[in-house]
Amino acid sequence: MTEKRKTPGRGLRPLAILTAITLGTAYGMVFFWTPNEADQGFVQKIFYLHVPMAIVTLGGFVLGGIFGFIQLRTGDRKWDLRSYVAIHLSLMLALGTLITGSIWARASWGHWWVWEEPVLVSFLIVFLLYSCYQPLRFSIEDPDKQARYASVFAVVAGAFVPLNFAAVRLAQAYTHPRVLGGAQNSMPGSMRITFLLAIVGMTLLYATLWKFEITSKTTRMQLGSIKRRLERENTGSPA
Amino acid sequence: MFRDTINLLRKDLLLEARGREVVPAMALLALSTLVVLHFALGQQSLDGKLAAGALWIAILFSATLGIGRLFVAESEDGGMDAVLLTPVDRVAILVAKVIALFTFLVMVQIVIVPAFGLLLLGPHLAPALPKLVGILLLTDAAIATVGALVGAIAVQSRLRDLLAPLLALPLLIPPLIAATHATAGILAVGGPEGIPGRWPLIIALYALVFGLLGIALYDNVLDD
Repeated sequence: MTEKRKTPGRGLRPLAILTAITLGTAYGMVFFWTPNEADQGFVQKIFYLHVPMAIVTLGGFVLGGIFGFIQLRTGDRKWDLRSYVAIHLSLMLALGTLITGSIWARASWGHWWVWEEPVLVSFLIVFLLYSCYQPLRFSIEDPDKQARYASVFAVVAGAFVPLNFAAVRLAQAYTHPRVLGGAQNSMPGSMRITFLLAIVGMTLLYATLWKFEITSKTTRMQLGSIKRRLERENTGSPA
Repeated sequence: MFRDTINLLRKDLLLEARGREVVPAMALLALSTLVVLHFALGQQSLDGKLAAGALWIAILFSATLGIGRLFVAESEDGGMDAVLLTPVDRVAILVAKVIALFTFLVMVQIVIVPAFGLLLLGPHLAPALPKLVGILLLTDAAIATVGALVGAIAVQSRLRDLLAPLLALPLLIPPLIAATHATAGILAVGGPEGIPGRWPLIIALYALVFGLLGIALYDNVLDD
């Protein structure tokens, strides 16, 4: 296990600084540079938080599924940890997405929840499914089994995410604003640049948090194993 | 592989025929759900969308019960070890479980669909029956492929009976959407309407995707 010698948290600091700069710039631009949207006014600016968060959340869920798949192929529990952290962070971001989406819906459509809105509804379904991930994971005691079944869940749910979005969309009318693409709905340059920067910033935030949690968990495991070895040496040696 | 599947399926059906545990419970839950819906909605009879919704809620609830119990025989007293010790392809185990769950669902529906027609449905059941049976069978296939996978995962957990419905319900929403849309037209007041082709297509594709996922993942799901 020479790999363990590497410092787990390497690269975390520059990543965190880069995240702070990117996100700071993006939201600075949101407040001071982008114009107020003609229909909705100031409240439309929640879009720069809500949409990047939603995109990163879904990407995180799919990433968790990919890590889970690698875990199943290699049997290496490192990948299960990665998958777990990815899903766990996405779950928190998903809650944030639902809340900001709800606020936006209230401000622009007048209701906290709009069932005709396929993206919102799909998100809720995905959120409900992933809410079962932690109860499932922590109700399986054997560590190998836990890793395997959590990965199976991650793969199934990761595949479910796009399927669910397609199915819900087919069932409902199109009311959600299409943000990118579509000539009649194109954004002015400043909005587009800010939006793209916000996506990059949110992705970096996700990466930083993911790396931070992985580092913290690996460090704790290393500390545990050092403690156990110390205890063994202490009790093993004649006093 | 085909013979293995048949033998494993025979075992599951024989267990159910002798024990009579799961199917009666599923049918009873479905019936109780219909009665509860009558009072909850305050309606003497239903048609169209409401009728479709009531029928599918009852079916889904009873299905979650069946999904939770699907692997109980294997999880108790080392049943899974015994099955895995036999030289059987694991895909055969999956296929047998899917067909077993499908059979249970069909048996439940043989009871509750006529009961639904008598108790709650406004329009006559008979003219709607051919199309309804088609949609029911197709959706049962989707529920069975999803359910076999979920049942195998949930049975490993301490929270088994709690988790099975929590996992199964969100996963079954896409076929449910298609099934209710198709059924609403079938149970409309003015007699059955035609079903737009996309609804059966969605259900069939969903069953196919989860069937493939099950085959891809089953080696990892079935263990001791």
